[in-house]
Amino acid sequence: MSVLPYAVAVWICLIGLYGVVTSRNLIHLALCLTVTQSSTYLLLLAVGYVDGGRAPIFKGVKLGTTAVDPVVQALTLTDIVVSVTVLALILALALDVHEDVDTVDPDRIAEMHG
Amino acid sequence: MSWAPPLLVAIPLLTAAVVAGGDHLLPRRVQDALAILAAAAVCCLGIALMVASEHREVVHWFGGWRPRGGVPLGIDFAVDPLSAGLAALVGGVVLVGLVYSWAYLSEAGRLFDTLMLVCCGAMCGFALSGDLFNMFVWLELMGVGAYALTGFDIRRLGPLQGAVNFAITNTVGGFFVLIGIAFVYARTGALNLAQIGHVLSGRKPDGLVIAAFTLLVCGFFCKSEIVPFHLWLADAYAVAPVPVCVIFAGAMTDIGLFGVARVYWTSFAAPFGPHGHAAGDVLLWLGLVTALLGGLMAFLQRHLKRMLAYSVVCHTGIMLAGLGLLSSKGLAGTADVLLAHALLTGGLFLAVGVLLAWRHSVDELALHGRARGRPWLGALWGLGALGLIGTPYLGVYLGHAQLDEAAASAGRHWAAPLLWLAGALAGAALLRAGARVFRGWGPDADPLLSPETDAKPPWPSGSVAFLATVTAVVILLGAAVSLVPGLAQRGEYGAERFRDRGAYAGHVLHGAPVPTSARLPYAVAHSTLESVLYGVGATALALALAAFGLYRRRLPQAAREAATRLLLPPLDGLRALHSGVVGDYIMWVTVGTAVTGGVWALVLR
Repeated sequence: MSVLPYAVAVWICLIGLYGVVTSRNLIHLALCLTVTQSSTYLLLLAVGYVDGGRAPIFKGVKLGTTAVDPVVQALTLTDIVVSVTVLALILALALDVHEDVDTVDPDRIAEMHG
Repeated sequence: MSWAPPLLVAIPLLTAAVVAGGDHLLPRRVQDALAILAAAAVCCLGIALMVASEHREVVHWFGGWRPRGGVPLGIDFAVDPLSAGLAALVGGVVLVGLVYSWAYLSEAGRLFDTLMLVCCGAMCGFALSGDLFNMFVWLELMGVGAYALTGFDIRRLGPLQGAVNFAITNTVGGFFVLIGIAFVYARTGALNLAQIGHVLSGRKPDGLVIAAFTLLVCGFFCKSEIVPFHLWLADAYAVAPVPVCVIFAGAMTDIGLFGVARVYWTSFAAPFGPHGHAAGDVLLWLGLVTALLGGLMAFLQRHLKRMLAYSVVCHTGIMLAGLGLLSSKGLAGTADVLLAHALLTGGLFLAVGVLLAWRHSVDELALHGRARGRPWLGALWGLGALGLIGTPYLGVYLGHAQLDEAAASAGRHWAAPLLWLAGALAGAALLRAGARVFRGWGPDADPLLSPETDAKPPWPSGSVAFLATVTAVVILLGAAVSLVPGLAQRGEYGAERFRDRGAYAGHVLHGAPVPTSARLPYAVAHSTLESVLYGVGATALALALAAFGLYRRRLPQAAREAATRLLLPPLDGLRALHSGVVGDYIMWVTVGTAVTGGVWALVLR
């Protein structure tokens, strides 16, 4: 099995985090978060991949057929549901910030510090 | 009683759905009453489970998918005395928050009850879950509820900033947990905690296992505000409604620490084996740094809720240091500190709510002398502050005494005085604020403290007498924790059970009554002379520091100038780190995770 998916997952995770750290726009920042999140999908799917395995649908298939791991796919789906909830919430907050102060720059809404 | 654990999650979540669904049909008070009943039921069931799990874990397999031949396919709730106790505490804290909000949030009701109950159910699910991935799902569910509660007052910028910083930082923390879970699954093919521990127990820890442990622990740290993962916290606490602060301080921070303890002892303690102490030492040091930094930052605040937020950081650090000692005594000390701290800090937040309802401000300097009219409220504030320092036989004292003993028997004598010092710093800030607000002592200006923003929080219109009564009950309960007979013994027995991986795995995977090493009754000394002395010393130090904060003008001019030159630059640097900008926070989270992982990679092999 190739290391390529893992390398890509690490790369996506790191550029996503870089985007979050440097972002000057809350909408952009939320999208960078989803970029980071997609690295976890890739990682999970890569973990469960089996060379030559087929999709884990077992209806009408002989016992003992090689299939990829269905557990990680279930985890990925759950993860997507969870992340969409969080993303929706952050975007809603960003919208409220924009209505309030007419900017979505996280540096400019930092009224509390210290 | 294996039918009971799912109810702790089902009752709050179903009630939340009923309250949300009947929003336009049910009168506001009926909704509140339903929510309060649900929280009370969770608290009572938690206590019942604590009793029922006294001798063996109460395990519930969802849908009857029991393990076959020691291999679990289903998903379980496994309850031991400590996790049931945490669930009961969660129920109790949410109950307090809901009762208080009965009078506090007059018109903002609506989805507030629903969100509180969702948080409650998610925290209970996290505490009882025996499955790593389910822990992640509960963690995220709790997070979504908590972000929304922080930004509950969406008409102002402050709550939005707090909620955005909180949500983004903790979402990144959640990714780390998830990546950690993927690594664990890659290595073991298991998600059940007991099964993971079983598979890992036969091997030496390799890089993947260490990376998984680091990511899980750092993800949990984001929730429980360990330095440098704590930066979002003051922004969120400062703006969240007071009842929400109570459940954050009293339950959510503890949930993160509980997660660390759970994954360490049921899954990772075995592969780390003899090197476990290296893992523990890192936790101990992180805890000490967190405690001292939290105490120092608390001393620099004038916004009372931010001050309490940093006091929470300080006590979370103390609790983490207790975990890092990796002994039953240390864990028991952590649990007892946790209980007293949840009640006392919660009570102090409620007292701030009373000040806000009565005097319309949460600023120490603006409130200077304006709360003289209710001296008993000041007395309660003082009692809460002393209880948080650990004055002998008050509040967190019992837990501190156990931590002292645990540190001594682990050969870390130097840790105990540092923990007391941290508690004294945070306590000094609270005492100083109390003296200013309730007595009018000291000047009403102080250049040392962080500047206050112009934004004025909206004040609640509820009955001050009702709010103050709830506050009094909670603070008195918290102060009395150290006096509960048998708490030290129970705590230590529960901790012994919590750490007994073999017995836990036996119950969960084989349903077999494996004899546990822990037995009741447990004979433990309440405290030693050393702890009494430490407690007295910490109290004296806190009083002296509070007096310094109030009356340092009376010091000689030269001494003051020298102190300013010496202290101000590092303090300003420290303040600059808490910039309020979320990108900086994420950078610290990433750096903190990388450094922690790097240290463990070096020492754990």
